Amino acid sequence: MHKPTIKPYIIGFILSIVLTLLAFFIVSQHVTANVFTYEIVITIILCLAVAQLFVQLFFFLHMGKEKKPRWNLFVFVTFSGMILLIVIASLWIMYHLNYNMSGHDMEKKILDKELMELPGYSQEDKQKAIQNR
Amino acid sequence: MALVETLSKEQLEHLEEHTFDKNYFGFWVYLMTDLIIFGVLFATYAVLHQNSFGGPTTKDLYDLPFALWETLILLTSSFTSGVGMLMAHNKQKMQTLIWFGLTFLLGAAFLGLELYEFTHLFHEGYGFQRSAFLSSFFALVGTHGLHITSGLLWMAVVMAFVWRQGLTIPLIRKLTLLSLFWHFLDIVWIFIFTVVYLMGVL
Repeated sequence: MHKPTIKPYIIGFILSIVLTLLAFFIVSQHVTANVFTYEIVITIILCLAVAQLFVQLFFFLHMGKEKKPRWNLFVFVTFSGMILLIVIASLWIMYHLNYNMSGHDMEKKILDKELMELPGYSQEDKQKAIQNR
Repeated sequence: MALVETLSKEQLEHLEEHTFDKNYFGFWVYLMTDLIIFGVLFATYAVLHQNSFGGPTTKDLYDLPFALWETLILLTSSFTSGVGMLMAHNKQKMQTLIWFGLTFLLGAAFLGLELYEFTHLFHEGYGFQRSAFLSSFFALVGTHGLHITSGLLWMAVVMAFVWRQGLTIPLIRKLTLLSLFWHFLDIVWIFIFTVVYLMGVL
C-alpha cells in the first residue's frame, strides 16, 4: 500500500467543511429570504453533496491512487451504477404509480369533472352539489 | 511458519502487501454492498417522506442547526481517523491511540446527539409507528446509527489490541479497514444530511 501524507487530509477536511456550510447557508437563506426557486436550491444542494462525495473519495479514501488493475475503482463504478438504477427507477415508478393511482382523491376529481360537464344545470347549482357531496 | 522462515525480507514484504491488497479489496466489496442497503433505504425514504398520515411533516420535525452540528462532528471524526492512520504508518503508537481516541469520542458524541434526537421524537409521540414517513426516517437514520455503533465497538477493540501489542502489521491492516469504514459512514451521512435534513426543511 502507498503511504499517505497529511496534506490531502487537511485539504479534504477544509473542502468538506466549506461545502457543508455552503449547503446549510443556502438552505437557511432560502427558508428566510427565498432568493432562489425551490428547484434551483434542490439542484444546488444535491450538486454540493455529490461534490463532497468526490472530495472525500479522493482525499480521504485515496481513490484513483490505486495501482493497475484498479479493481476497487471497477467495483465502485459497478455498484454506483446499480445504486443509481435502484434509486432513480424506484422514484420513477413510484411517482407514476402515485400520479395514476391516487385512489379516493383521483376518483373524486374525475366525478367532479363529470358533474361540472352535466348539461341542464346552472354553474352555481353544480358547485353547491360538489360541496355538499 | 516454515515457509515464512525460508522467505527473504523482500519476499515477505511482498507477501504482506499482497495480503493487504486482498483484505482491502474484500472489505471494499463489503462496503459497496452496504451502500446498496443505504441506496434502497434512501429510495424508500424518498418515496414515503410525504406520507405523514396527519402527523408531523418533514418541515415540523427537523432542527437544522442540530443536524449541522452532527455533520461537523462526524466530519471532524473522519479527519481525525485519517490522521490516526498516518500516525500508525509512522509507527507512533501513542499518537495513533490519541487520534483514534479522539475519533472515538467524536463518534460517541455524534451517537449521543442522534440518540437524544430519537428519544426526543419518541417522547413527543413521533415514533416510527406514527406514519410511513417516520418509519422510513427511523429506518434510514437508525441504520446509519447502528453502523456508527458497531464502528465504535470495533474501534474500542482494535485500540485495546494496539495498546497491548503495539502497532503490528495485522493491527495496522485492521486500523486501515476501520478508518475506511469510518470515512464511508461519513459519506453516507453527508447524503442523509442533504436528502433528509436540508431537503426536509425546504
